[in-house]
Amino acid sequence: MSVLTGTATASQPAPAAFGLGRTVRLGLSRIGYETKVYFRQTDTLFFTFLFPVIMLTIFSVAFQGMGNVGANPDGTGGISQAAAYLPGMIAAGILLSGVQNLGVDIATERGDGTLKRLGGTPLPVLSYFFGKMGQVFATSVLQIALLLVVAVVAFGVSLPTDPAKWMTFAWVYLLGIATSAILGIAISRLPRSGKSATAVIIPPVLILQFISGVYLQFALLPDWLQTVASIFPLKWIAQGMRSVFLPESFASVEPGGSWQLGLVAVALLIWLIAGLVICRATFRWIRKDS
Amino acid sequence: MTAVDHAVSVQNLTKSYGAFNALSGVSFDIERGETFALLGPNGAGKSTTIEILEGYRDRTGGEVRVLGEDPQHGGLPWKARLGIVLQSSGESGNVTVREQLTQFAGMYPNPRDVGEVISAIGLDEKANTRIKNLSGGQRRRVDVGLGVIGRPELLFLDEPTTGFDPEARRQFWELIRSLKREGTTILLTTHYLDEAAQLSDRAAVVAGGKLVDIGPVGSLGSAEARIPIVRWRESGIVREQRSTDPGRLVAELFARLGEPAELEVVRPSLEDIYLELVTEENAEAEARVAANSLATEEAPQTPAAAATTTTRAQRKAQTPAQTRTETRA
Repeated sequence: MSVLTGTATASQPAPAAFGLGRTVRLGLSRIGYETKVYFRQTDTLFFTFLFPVIMLTIFSVAFQGMGNVGANPDGTGGISQAAAYLPGMIAAGILLSGVQNLGVDIATERGDGTLKRLGGTPLPVLSYFFGKMGQVFATSVLQIALLLVVAVVAFGVSLPTDPAKWMTFAWVYLLGIATSAILGIAISRLPRSGKSATAVIIPPVLILQFISGVYLQFALLPDWLQTVASIFPLKWIAQGMRSVFLPESFASVEPGGSWQLGLVAVALLIWLIAGLVICRATFRWIRKDS
Repeated sequence: MTAVDHAVSVQNLTKSYGAFNALSGVSFDIERGETFALLGPNGAGKSTTIEILEGYRDRTGGEVRVLGEDPQHGGLPWKARLGIVLQSSGESGNVTVREQLTQFAGMYPNPRDVGEVISAIGLDEKANTRIKNLSGGQRRRVDVGLGVIGRPELLFLDEPTTGFDPEARRQFWELIRSLKREGTTILLTTHYLDEAAQLSDRAAVVAGGKLVDIGPVGSLGSAEARIPIVRWRESGIVREQRSTDPGRLVAELFARLGEPAELEVVRPSLEDIYLELVTEENAEAEARVAANSLATEEAPQTPAAAATTTTRAQRKAQTPAQTRTETRA
C-alpha cells in the first residue's frame, strides 16, 4: 500500500446527478456483473441452470419405453415423452431461475455482508433489482434455448411453427419470468441466515414442481391437489407453456377443458403485483438492529 | 456552535437494546480533515457508534450529524460522500480485485482511478485474482480499496488492519496519511494503540457504552495517569511509586539503599493509560452490576489507580513488555 493523490473534496455532485438515468445506467452495469458472477458459481450452475435440462433428459430417456403420450390404442399418434415433458421443464426453469436463484442468492448476500456493503454505497436499490432481474432474464433465456436445443437435437421434438404460438410463448415467458424474479426477491427475506437459505427455499420450490404439472401430469393429480397448486404461479406458467408446445388436442385433458390463457395472465399478474408490494414493503439492505 | 463545520457531530448519543444500554450519553465532534480514533475494549460500543454514524443502525436518543445530515435519513448523494470499511466481510468473492473495484467505482460521481487504488493497496500482482482466492489480509486490503474508491470526504475504518502483517500495517498507515494530506476526514476504530498514536489527531476512549476520555492521543488519561512511575526491588518485593519528580525519588532511594535493584523509571505509555481508563470503567461497571444483583460474585476488580501493586501485576499480564521500557528521568 502506498499513497493516493487528488483531493477528497473535489466536487459536490448536483442532486440531479442522482436521477433515473443514473439508476438505469448502474442497473445495466449490475446486470453484466451479476450475470458474470452467476456463471462462476458451480452450484447454481448445476441446481438452477442445468437442472431442467438434466431432468428433461432423465425423464425422456427413462420413460421412452412407455411409448408416446396421448397415443391411439394401436400405438400410433401422440407425442414423445420428451415433447410431453418439455413445457413443464421450461416452466420449472422459469421458477428456478427466478424464485430459487434469487431467493437463495439474495439471502446469501444478506448473510455474507454483500448487502450491507452495498447499503453503504450510493447504489440505488432499484439498480440492484435491475441487476438481479437482468441476470435472471439473461440466464433463463439461455436456459430455455438450451432446453429447446436438447429437445430438438437429442429427442427429435418438433417445435411449433405457428407464429401465434410463439406470441403466446413470449407473453407467458415474460410475465412468468418477471413474476418469478420478483417473488425470488420477496422470498429472500425468509431465511434467517445465509447458511439456511437453500434449506428454506429449495423444498417449497421442489414441492411446487411436483404438484404443478412439471414432473407429474397435472390432469392425473387429485382435485384437491390441483386446487392447491392453482393458488401458486407455477401451475399457470406450466399451463401456458403446454398451450404453446402441446398439440391443440391436449387442451381437452386440462382440468378446465381448455388452456385458460386468460386465467394464466390474471393469476400471474396478481402474483407479480403481490410480489412487488412485498418487495417494496420488506426489502432492506440489512436487518436493522438485529 | 458551528455544527455545520464539523464533519461529525454527536450529542448525547444513546442506544438501547431492550434493557441493555449499549451506549449511554456519548458526545464528540470530529473536525473536517481530522483523523479521529475510537478506542475501547470489545463490546464497549465502538462499532455501535460507528454503525449509527454510517446509517446502519438507528439511535435510541441524542443528536447525530454526519457531513451535515442525519444518518438515519441520509440519501444517495450523502452516501456518495462517505467511504465505509466495515469490521468484517465474508462475501463469496467470485469477482477479481479489478472487477470489484471497477464495479464500485461506477457508483460514485468522482471516483479514483481503479489502477491507482490497486497500487495503493499493494495488490498490483493480484489485480486479476478472484477475491475468494486472496488471503485474509489481502481481502482486507480490498475492503480498504472499496472504502476509498469513491474519493470520500469522510472515511470510516472499523478495525481496518485486522489480519495485516506488520509490513502491511505500515503500508496501510502510509495510505491513510496520504488520504489525510488530501483533506479526508477519517474515523478509525482500532485495538492497536500504536496505530491510533501513529494516525490520529485525537482519540476517544469508549468503555461500557460511555466515553471515558477524549483528547489528543498524547493527553489521554488524567494528569495523574501520566505521572511517571518509579519501580525498584526492595527486600525481594517489587515496589512502585508515582512521582512528579522521579529524579528526586531515585536520589532518595540511592541515598537509602545504594544502587536500587531493578530500578526503572517509567513514563506510562498510551497503552498503560488506556488500560487504566478502561479498567476503571470496567471496575465501576462491575461494581454497579454487583450492587444491583443479589447474586454472590467474586469481588470486582480493584480500580487501577487505587492499589498499585495488584493492578501492576494485572497490567503486566496484559501488556507487552516493550511498551513500558521507555525510561526518561
